Amino acid sequence: MPIVKPKPKPAPEVLPGVRHPLEKYLRTERLPHIWCSGCGLGIALSSFLYALEELEIDPDSVAVVSGIGCAGRFAGYVRLDSYHTTHGRAIPFATGLKLAKPDLNVVVFSGDGDLFAIGGNHFIHAARRNVDITVLCVNNFNYGMTGGQVGPTTPIEGRTTTTPYGNFEHPFNLVYLAASAGATYVARWTTLHARRLKESIKEALQHPGFNFIEIISPCPTNFGRRNRLGDALDEMRYYAEKAMIRHGVDPAEAEVVPGKEFIVGKFLEVRKPTYYELYRRKVEELFGRDA
Amino acid sequence: MADKPIAHQPPRVADKRILTGVHFMNGDEAIAEGAIAAGCTFFAAYPITPQSEIAERMARRLPQVGGVFIQMEDELGAMAAVIGAAWGGVKAMTATSGPGFSLMMENIGLAIMTETPCVVVDVQRGAPSTGLPTLVGQGDMMQARWGSHGHYEIVALSPASPQEAFDLTVKAFALAERFRAPVLIMTDEVVGHMYERVEIPGEVPMAPRRKPEAPPGEFPPYQPEEDLVPPMACAGDGYRIHVTGLTHDERGYPAMDPEAHDKLVRRLCEKITRFRDEFTWWEESMTEDAEVLVVSYGISARVALGGVELARERGIKAGLFRLITIWPFPDEILRRLAERVGGIVVVEINLGQIYREVERASGGRIPMRGVFHAGGRIHTPEEVLAGIEEVLRCRS
Ligand SMILES: Cc1ncc(C[n+]2csc(CCOP(=O)(O)OP(=O)(O)O)c2C)c(N)n1
Ligand code: SF4
Ligand SMILES: [Mg+2]
Repeated sequence: MPIVKPKPKPAPEVLPGVRHPLEKYLRTERLPHIWCSGCGLGIALSSFLYALEELEIDPDSVAVVSGIGCAGRFAGYVRLDSYHTTHGRAIPFATGLKLAKPDLNVVVFSGDGDLFAIGGNHFIHAARRNVDITVLCVNNFNYGMTGGQVGPTTPIEGRTTTTPYGNFEHPFNLVYLAASAGATYVARWTTLHARRLKESIKEALQHPGFNFIEIISPCPTNFGRRNRLGDALDEMRYYAEKAMIRHGVDPAEAEVVPGKEFIVGKFLEVRKPTYYELYRRKVEELFGRDA
Repeated sequence: MADKPIAHQPPRVADKRILTGVHFMNGDEAIAEGAIAAGCTFFAAYPITPQSEIAERMARRLPQVGGVFIQMEDELGAMAAVIGAAWGGVKAMTATSGPGFSLMMENIGLAIMTETPCVVVDVQRGAPSTGLPTLVGQGDMMQARWGSHGHYEIVALSPASPQEAFDLTVKAFALAERFRAPVLIMTDEVVGHMYERVEIPGEVPMAPRRKPEAPPGEFPPYQPEEDLVPPMACAGDGYRIHVTGLTHDERGYPAMDPEAHDKLVRRLCEKITRFRDEFTWWEESMTEDAEVLVVSYGISARVALGGVELARERGIKAGLFRLITIWPFPDEILRRLAERVGGIVVVEINLGQIYREVERASGGRIPMRGVFHAGGRIHTPEEVLAGIEEVLRCRS
């Protein structure tokens, strides 16, 4: 988060009279947002909103749930039913929301620390149960909001404010974790791959079950700066150079290691009954169809 | 297992929301039935003694009434799921005991801040820590009041019998909707596990959710009505509102300034305290001419009544004040009673939590004695009698 709070001012009119196509999905009165310039969160957000637009999903049928962090602020900018919950608890909140209102399209949008450190237990159990929600994780390899501390995805030797001598904890490979916990749709993209990311989000939104997309994203203010990754554009160039698009790769083989090529694409798409479907089946077995 | 015949499944007890009639059930089961009768259709929890009978009953009963039971991975998740379900438009409850209650504190705060109606049950056992898992305690009373961070007001009710556990659970759901707030049932292992007659009435009111009348776009979701409570637009209602645990303004948007914070926190407190008379419940026995007032709650109050009766047999004018509403504390009522008596005895299964409240409410002007036990058993009437005699001695 930027240290100096920007003063709210109206967004500049680039072309007079022209409206942004995503305006209807945004709480424009909340702009400018708090994210740093060069941050990948904006691309992740617009990819999601374009996905909604192209799928022509009724906005009243979508809810966004976020935890806490820079990525946790997603919920605050979308003009949808949106819930900014507590650190790590977006997934169980979303589980309750989805089970109470099964017709709702529930999307969890949050960060790597939120979903995989403090919220890791909820993640694996929601994946195991195959709760019908879509989880979008912006992985910036650190805790952006709190000033750039080490997180569960920080690579070995990564510099953060709490690993001043270089990180020596093993990181998670998120797509492998998601797949082994039972997710039925697993993909990884970077914010460079905005169009492919959007298509992937569209697939996930239409796919019943626990869907997971990792979105690798620059955090120029914290992780980028401390690890001398250059500015956000340099990071995009890095993605262009190192990200290999492959589909159907074994997620166990898809670690992200700095300086090495890494795999983006769709790892997994399978259909298995969701938690709610199984619950309905059980109720029908017991009490008949009209139950 | 897929090949198991359906007959192996639990029998269909009933598919009725309200099990009208006379039952023999324990306090835990009565809480579950009270919840279902009140319209609860979502229950998320994590198993813990002595709460498990609530979860087990809910697991059996909710599918019969079209509700959802989910056993979460922990109490952090259970509390979060309950809040999510409430925003999905349903009535939701969770239940736990001390160790799980500690984990729920985080999201009880979220429910307070986001004004989410829900019910949380704590079947207290011996504590701190894992303490005495199967034995009684009343040591979470202050945690109920102050356990989540920050300043807030909370409604907490304490039943002394399975019948009252049923009745108060129904009321808890009504209060949760009335105030758009979490409501706590602070019961204990003995009431939870004791079997008694429970009469379930023919009809149980289902408290309505207060929905906005203004159309979307003209509805500031955190603009309170006259009674300081804002109407609640749930997910999918078409209002597309933002809900956050951050300090927020009437639009529900984060407002990072001290004035907005002070205004919000004061309203969240006042919406409860201003209307406390609506739900300040207590029971008095033999207090009209009492010289010694015994104050207690939950299972301890039943033992305390035995102590008061023993005192009366010995010609001591003792009376019992049984708290039903614990929080907000009924200061005014106790203050008035304290003016009429010469001594106060507080009976509770901790080392003096409600005691301090009574001392505060009564102004510390009269002698007081605590009949305490740290947990593991209930008191005996004789111990209560000894407390009464002691307070009389230090008066003379
Ligand atoms: C219970 C709790 N502990 C700690 C925090 C402080 N905190 C806020 S955001 C955050 C980390 C967020 O990291 P991540 O999910 O990766 O989001 P990012 O900011 O990187 O997008 C932490 C530790 C908190 N809000 N709540
Ligand atoms: S993730 Fe990093 S770059 Fe993005 S807003 Fe947070 S601190 Fe700034
Ligand atoms: Mg992060």
